[in-house]
Amino acid sequence: MAEKLLEVVDLKTSFYTGAGEVQAVRGVSFQLEKGEVLGIVGESGSGKSVMAKSIMSLIQSPGKIKQGDITWRGENLLGKSEKQLRAIRGNEISLISQDPMSALNPVVKIGKQMTEVIIRHQRVGKKEAEKRAVDLLGKVGISSPEERLKQYPHELSGGMKQRIMIGMSISCQPELLIADEPTTALDVTIQSQILNLMSALKDKEQMALILITHDLGVVAENCERVLVMYGGLIMEEGPVKELFQNPKHPYTEGLLRSLPKRSNGVKERLVPIQGSPPDLLNPPQGCPFADRCPYVMDKCAELPPYFKVDSERKTMCWLHESEEGDNHE
Amino acid sequence: MKKVILKRFLNAIPLLFIISIIAFLLIKLAPGDPIQSFVTPDMNPDDVERMRKSLGLDQPIYMQYILWLQNILTGNFGYSIITKRPVLDMIIERIPATLGLMGASLLLSLIIAIPLGMITAVKKNTIFDRIANFFAYIGISIPGFWFGLMLIYVFSLQLGLLPSMGMRTVGTDSIWDVMKHGILPATVLAFQNISVYMRYIRSSTIRQLDEDYVQIQYAYGASKRHVLFNHVLRNVLLPVITIIGLSIPNLVGGAFITETVFSWPGLGLLGVTSIFSFDYPVIMAITLFSSVMLILGNLIADILYSVVDPRIRLRG
Amino acid sequence: MNKRKWNGVKRELFKNKYALMAFVLLIVFLIAALFAFLSPFDPNKMSIIDKLQSPNGKHLFGTDEYGRDYFTRVLYGARVSLAVGFLSMIVAVVIGTTVGTVSGYFGGWIDNILMRFVEVLMSIPSFFLMLLLNAYMKPGITTLVLIIGFFTWMEIARIVRSETLSIKEREYVMYAKASGQSSFLTITKHIIPNIAPTIIIAGTLNIATAILMESSLSFLGLGVQQPNSSWGSMLNSAQGYIGEAWHLTLFPGFLILFTVLCFNVLGDVLRVAFEPKGANGEKK
Repeated sequence: MAEKLLEVVDLKTSFYTGAGEVQAVRGVSFQLEKGEVLGIVGESGSGKSVMAKSIMSLIQSPGKIKQGDITWRGENLLGKSEKQLRAIRGNEISLISQDPMSALNPVVKIGKQMTEVIIRHQRVGKKEAEKRAVDLLGKVGISSPEERLKQYPHELSGGMKQRIMIGMSISCQPELLIADEPTTALDVTIQSQILNLMSALKDKEQMALILITHDLGVVAENCERVLVMYGGLIMEEGPVKELFQNPKHPYTEGLLRSLPKRSNGVKERLVPIQGSPPDLLNPPQGCPFADRCPYVMDKCAELPPYFKVDSERKTMCWLHESEEGDNHE
Repeated sequence: MKKVILKRFLNAIPLLFIISIIAFLLIKLAPGDPIQSFVTPDMNPDDVERMRKSLGLDQPIYMQYILWLQNILTGNFGYSIITKRPVLDMIIERIPATLGLMGASLLLSLIIAIPLGMITAVKKNTIFDRIANFFAYIGISIPGFWFGLMLIYVFSLQLGLLPSMGMRTVGTDSIWDVMKHGILPATVLAFQNISVYMRYIRSSTIRQLDEDYVQIQYAYGASKRHVLFNHVLRNVLLPVITIIGLSIPNLVGGAFITETVFSWPGLGLLGVTSIFSFDYPVIMAITLFSSVMLILGNLIADILYSVVDPRIRLRG
Repeated sequence: MNKRKWNGVKRELFKNKYALMAFVLLIVFLIAALFAFLSPFDPNKMSIIDKLQSPNGKHLFGTDEYGRDYFTRVLYGARVSLAVGFLSMIVAVVIGTTVGTVSGYFGGWIDNILMRFVEVLMSIPSFFLMLLLNAYMKPGITTLVLIIGFFTWMEIARIVRSETLSIKEREYVMYAKASGQSSFLTITKHIIPNIAPTIIIAGTLNIATAILMESSLSFLGLGVQQPNSSWGSMLNSAQGYIGEAWHLTLFPGFLILFTVLCFNVLGDVLRVAFEPKGANGEKK
């Protein structure tokens, strides 16, 4: 068993708006090992991005981490001061966000934005930082890097900007890179380039990767293990292959069925999941998926615990209560 | 970028044309004989007749306009009916006072509004924010002349700290003396702009703080202070230049009334007194000058904006 | 008329305590101005022995340089100030709405010319020209109203134009057009009622501007003329006595400030209420 890098226990994050408390993350627990690639899948509003931000303590007012523990390399992150956190952010844990168009400051040169991060965390001079930035741009496959450093973001294409973001995010050899929908805003052709780049870098830099996406295809191709999130909770967790071949939770099943399949040349009909995600302002008492679930039972009015369905898999669904008896947590 | 500037220039030309027509009509429609404005005390009736001919006042109106325009463009604005001095001289000697006042008030507005706008944005919805916002509302609602009168009452009449009128104490010639005279009028002129700028900077900072790049900066370990000063500030300041351009009408309009309240010897005071004495040549000249000032101000703001914003600078 | 929007206005008005306060205060001013005749004093009766008294039990706001009760005069002044502000707003709204809807509805060269004209008006030194026109024409309330209206409608025209642009693509407007209704009827029956809230907000903010303009012009002696007096023209005469009787300057100015403040607050609150992504547009 590999070394444990990150452990999240019962994380709850809420936003206190004028309308009331929006419970974006409602009790999420998982672990991440060194060098592992973890996929987090879910629709928008399932709480996946909020969870990612919570890990880095980037939740800002009116949001708040209400409860839970986040242990990073054996240290409690939530107990750290803002200053200690700053030394971790971008250095040990790094982030790539969805839209490279808006992730870079439009009026500051690329070079300045990159070297700032390097200087901040690595305590090197400006010259050295520039040299490293050039190396990084080379690493992420950008031609004539010296030129790029003198340019402003709007002079570059979206794919190029995302490469720069990746370069920036790995500039301090982080142990963990959180990629929040890194390819959603890009053209399809560029998407796979970026994903390939990320997995290549991940191997080279030996970092762990959390890949947040709503695209099951991306998860299937890039991840080892996957969490399926819905309504602020993890519905199902397991190794990618098994989970996709034999989904245990009706929500996962629904997600897979809503995916276009072209196996055996036969085009299956797409089956979208009926209904809409739960209102996180007044989340349901029971299973959040109950409203849309084809197998809904009386019992679903009560929130199910996790049932272990395999040595590496667990799911939050009453359907599997009998499967493994009193094995649940 | 050259294209942008050229376009702005071309845009300003029809505007200047229309304004010149307004100014021309002003003189044409003025009661009395327009020749009056060109008559100097030492002319005899024959000279006046010759003058009338040379000015083309016996020609059709469009020719008169062209001749008038020629005169204006060569700096001949005629003579004041009241003082009998060349109007251009009267204007030129007043320009420094007005520009100085406007410059001082603009500077004051920015020095106060930029930090205040950013602080209120960061401290959104706190007591401080609310109080600052309340003052901003007062700033856009207060009649400038009344604010001036109140300041005079408090600082000149009651406390005796600052002079209430003019630009210099007779007999003194120090820059400090001028500054002391300028404090109250500059404050009055600045108050409204402070409010407008502050509200603008506040909302624009709030918008910037919501941007992805700010989140990313935090995610890369930047401190709040760093993000605010090295990233947000730049984005906020760029559009402020445009706002300054937009507030020039306020400044010009405010100058007329502020200069009158404080007897500040600038173009505004000259304009108001010339209206009361029906000194048409001066009125015409002031109309032209303040319009040109407005148009130039906007032009400069536009050009500056396209120079400092890399997104525009590198496009054209 | 758009019921849902109206209810939104009402709700916002009663939810926001500042807006409500501003609204109530304005109503109080209005009633006080309307019922000014109930005052026991004659606003024009001079009494030299009583001149320049400070505020006291008998004369709430003191007396002016002719011994007239200043409170009563301020109330009568309110009538003129509010009336000029309101009437100028009407002029501005009529011009602004006409230009804005015509410009937005017809588009093309009409739109080009009108918007060009708006631009010209916005880049001339309007305050000076207002002074000038007041001096050239016979100064008085009618002149003042027309001049202020004529120089402040541009902003309204711009807002109305952009609203018209967005609304003219809606089905009912398309239908009205397709069924052969004249442009005039389409604009008056379908477009204007739908943008009425926007016009009212712009009008509210315009009153604030108009009252400030009126007071400035009257203060310089080029607005309201004797025997009428507004807050601005009262300040014109009061400034001469600022040393000995500063209350004469204090009260009318304060009332201008408060009235304008109320209109500004009211207009702003309503505007926020109408903007789709208003102050509470926080994401989850």
